[in-house]
Amino acid sequence: MSQSYNRGLIEDFSRWREFSAGMWAWIFHKFTGWVLVGYLFTHIAVLSTALSGAAAYTNTIQALESLLVVRILEVGLLAVAVFHILNGLRLLFVDLGVGLEAQDKSFYASLILTGVIVVASVPTFLSGVSI
Amino acid sequence: MAERYTSFEPGGRRWLWQRLTAAFLVVVLAFHFFLLHFVNHADEVTFALSQARMEQLTYFSLMILFLVTATFHGVNGVYNALVNQGLTGTRKTAVKAILGLASVLLIVQGVRTALAWAGGVPI
Repeated sequence: MSQSYNRGLIEDFSRWREFSAGMWAWIFHKFTGWVLVGYLFTHIAVLSTALSGAAAYTNTIQALESLLVVRILEVGLLAVAVFHILNGLRLLFVDLGVGLEAQDKSFYASLILTGVIVVASVPTFLSGVSI
Repeated sequence: MAERYTSFEPGGRRWLWQRLTAAFLVVVLAFHFFLLHFVNHADEVTFALSQARMEQLTYFSLMILFLVTATFHGVNGVYNALVNQGLTGTRKTAVKAILGLASVLLIVQGVRTALAWAGGVPI
């Protein structure tokens, strides 16, 4: 049986304390999606230095990677990408009718797994950078 | 009657394409991150190493497909999010045109860069 669902009220962000797990999953998926599409354009712009020659590309990448702030941003990018992937898999399963009754638990699992993968990756992402 | 709370229009195919590209991107994005941060470290990237990868047809074609699907998935996601927020009429048409143009420019620039590494299509 269908029920009334007033999306206007649900999307009133001043009521964030009342949001359910599914609403947070929706917000995080949209936020990480915006970050990733913004990064995609930035990524291609940086890689395009290859059009100016081998030295321009190598120097640009190595100069960026020598900066601590870039490494920290890369860890942030990893967090955003891993969450978007895991929550995206959750959405694919829910679309297929699998795990709908446990959609809140699978959201929490996505968050925890993202945290674990990101923390475990920090040493790799920060290796060889000077402060 | 229940109000619809999806970003996608009824009967549209954009939902299907968003999901199909997502399934592809889950695998290829994970591969991309793993290859370029864990197998090869980002601070060791040089033009020569990128060139060596791009000169292989399998890798080159995978990266072009990755670029096209990621662009579609990202831009289609933005468009659906805006439609979901109430974008209609002329503004909706204008946003569609701008996002379409941005996608074409991004793909053209990405392909040009891949060709610069590979020195042409690596057949």
